[in-house]
Amino acid sequence: MRVLIVEDDDILRDGLKVGLALAGFTTDAVGTCDAAVTALAANGFDAVVLDLMLPDGSGLDILRDIRARQNDVPVLLLTARDTVRDRVAGLDTGADDYLGKPFDLDEVAARLRALSRRSSGRARAALEWSTLKLDPARQSVEQAGKPVQLSRREYSILHTLMSHPGVIFSKTKLEDKLYGWQEEIESNAVEVHIHHLRNKLGPGLIETIRGIGYRLGGAG
Amino acid sequence: MQSLRTRLFAILLITTGLLWLSATVWIFLSTRAEVERVLDARLMEAARMVNSLIVSPDMMKEEGDGDGEAGRPPQSAIKIPLLEHPHYDRQLSCQIWSLDGTLIGKSDSAPDMTLAPHATGFSETVINGETWRVFAVENASLGVRVLVGDNLRIRDRLVNDLVKGLLLPALLIIPLLAVLIWLSVGRGLAPLRKLAGDLAAREASDLHAIEDAGTTREISPVLKSLNGLFARVAGAREREQNFIAFAAHELRTPLAGLKTQAQVALASNDGEIREKALGQIVAGVDRTGKLVRQLLDIASVEASESARPAAGFDVGEILANLRTEPVGQAYRVDVVIDGAMSGLRISMDQDLFRLAARNLLENAIHHSPPGATVWCRTARREQHLVIAFDDEGPGIPEEEMPRVTERFFRGRFKAAAGSGLGLSIVERALDRAGAELELRNREGGGLSARIVLPLSLVEAAARPQN
Repeated sequence: MRVLIVEDDDILRDGLKVGLALAGFTTDAVGTCDAAVTALAANGFDAVVLDLMLPDGSGLDILRDIRARQNDVPVLLLTARDTVRDRVAGLDTGADDYLGKPFDLDEVAARLRALSRRSSGRARAALEWSTLKLDPARQSVEQAGKPVQLSRREYSILHTLMSHPGVIFSKTKLEDKLYGWQEEIESNAVEVHIHHLRNKLGPGLIETIRGIGYRLGGAG
Repeated sequence: MQSLRTRLFAILLITTGLLWLSATVWIFLSTRAEVERVLDARLMEAARMVNSLIVSPDMMKEEGDGDGEAGRPPQSAIKIPLLEHPHYDRQLSCQIWSLDGTLIGKSDSAPDMTLAPHATGFSETVINGETWRVFAVENASLGVRVLVGDNLRIRDRLVNDLVKGLLLPALLIIPLLAVLIWLSVGRGLAPLRKLAGDLAAREASDLHAIEDAGTTREISPVLKSLNGLFARVAGAREREQNFIAFAAHELRTPLAGLKTQAQVALASNDGEIREKALGQIVAGVDRTGKLVRQLLDIASVEASESARPAAGFDVGEILANLRTEPVGQAYRVDVVIDGAMSGLRISMDQDLFRLAARNLLENAIHHSPPGATVWCRTARREQHLVIAFDDEGPGIPEEEMPRVTERFFRGRFKAAAGSGLGLSIVERALDRAGAELELRNREGGGLSARIVLPLSLVEAAARPQN
């Protein structure tokens, strides 16, 4: 799950970037409205963590801009102003959730998972496909009740595919979900991770659609 | 509390009443004068008439002979034609005396004593306690004197009856007038009452302008200044709310950063990540510490309402001390202090100057790229001494210039360690100490932040020659 963090405070931005990565998210972070708008134009994010007070404008302006472009990416507002009026203004502008500073890192992660769940129309926390069960909160995977050990990248690919069963993901799109901007993408990495996943979970789980990409197979 | 309506009512009633009273007095006096003039004329006319009636000396003689004794009222006294009126009955009295002092004849109402001692003209005489106004005519050819008199008591009654006739309607009208005044004042004050009602019905937090349309010319200025006041209060409240919002942001964000980094350190098994997070926590605590120091600085500048007595000190010494403080060390920035500073002594509150200089120096250092130089220079400009802190940073965008001294304002080129309080502190501190802050973007890039102080604060011996 790829998350954009928009926060102008260096220490907090770094903390969120590293902390959310530890919680299983792929993170990118920017510090200004301008950079946020540019990043969001690329449209590869599953959620946005947005600070309200930025040096070159208000987070609410970015939010308005996102919604005006018909972009429905879930947005979690972070702000020091947490009076009822501020919260109402934020939610009514199109935010999906709201957290007052200082917050708990685990809570940010949990709320992001919940936002992602709801945006794909699910209510249950765990993802299931056939005998496979993925729990985003614990970053754990079970097959037929038995835990399976996956690397971070393998888990991310499986999470992406299971979040949207039936949808075909191109290799580039999977790379987007896997790597932040600063991370170097190894060539063939996606193929290698999928190969490993097939080894661990059975060859029929991930179908290759020639020339297009991958999707979950062996209908559950 | 006094009621405006009662007050106006009382004023109008008293002035109207006084007007009525003086009009009545005036009418009374002029009526009496007129009545007296008319009655005097009548007296005179009556006396002349009686005199002309006594045409024949024989008649007088006959009468006189018939009665024989002088001083006795004649039985067949000459009938003097008088106007009869039940109320003013016997107003005129008439006596006819012979010149040698014998009463020849008199009217019924006339007293027996002589009405007047004198020969001719008007006079007033008191007889039996009653005052008479008398006109005398002497008829030398007949040897008689005719006296016609008016009883003043009756005259006064006539005048009084006239005035009473004027006063009675007035007494009836005054209560009616009072009621009318009361109602009119109430009606006249309606716009004021409406304004008071509008104001009373407002909630304390409602600072919208009051509708000015349809109001009276007298209330309009009140409304205008009230609306002006509302606008000022609303502005102040908005600034306060902005300040609270900024303060909340600046205080809570570092805490959120610290907590997040701490949680990262706790959650990670990776030694490198943990170490980096702990490093961030240390930096965050430093920054929060600076924020706390600046908040305390603001409080102390605000608290020193009256500037402390100025004391002379050496500017170069203070700047040299500031340079060695740890703040500059970590930034690999050179600070060059102009040689002219040493020995430059100024006389002002040393703590305020130090506060201002430290914040300006810190700003210059924090906005400088690594390896850059910050210059502290001094120069004389007309009647002022300028102490400048010139850096090689990005400067301040012109459109942000007016706002940079606002508390918690952080511009586009903010320093990582900034809080948005520094320039606000500098401006206040210099203002307290009688100096000014001047900010200019330098031509070659960078900012020149200047302390501008009047030469009167510079100790004479140390004034730079320029």
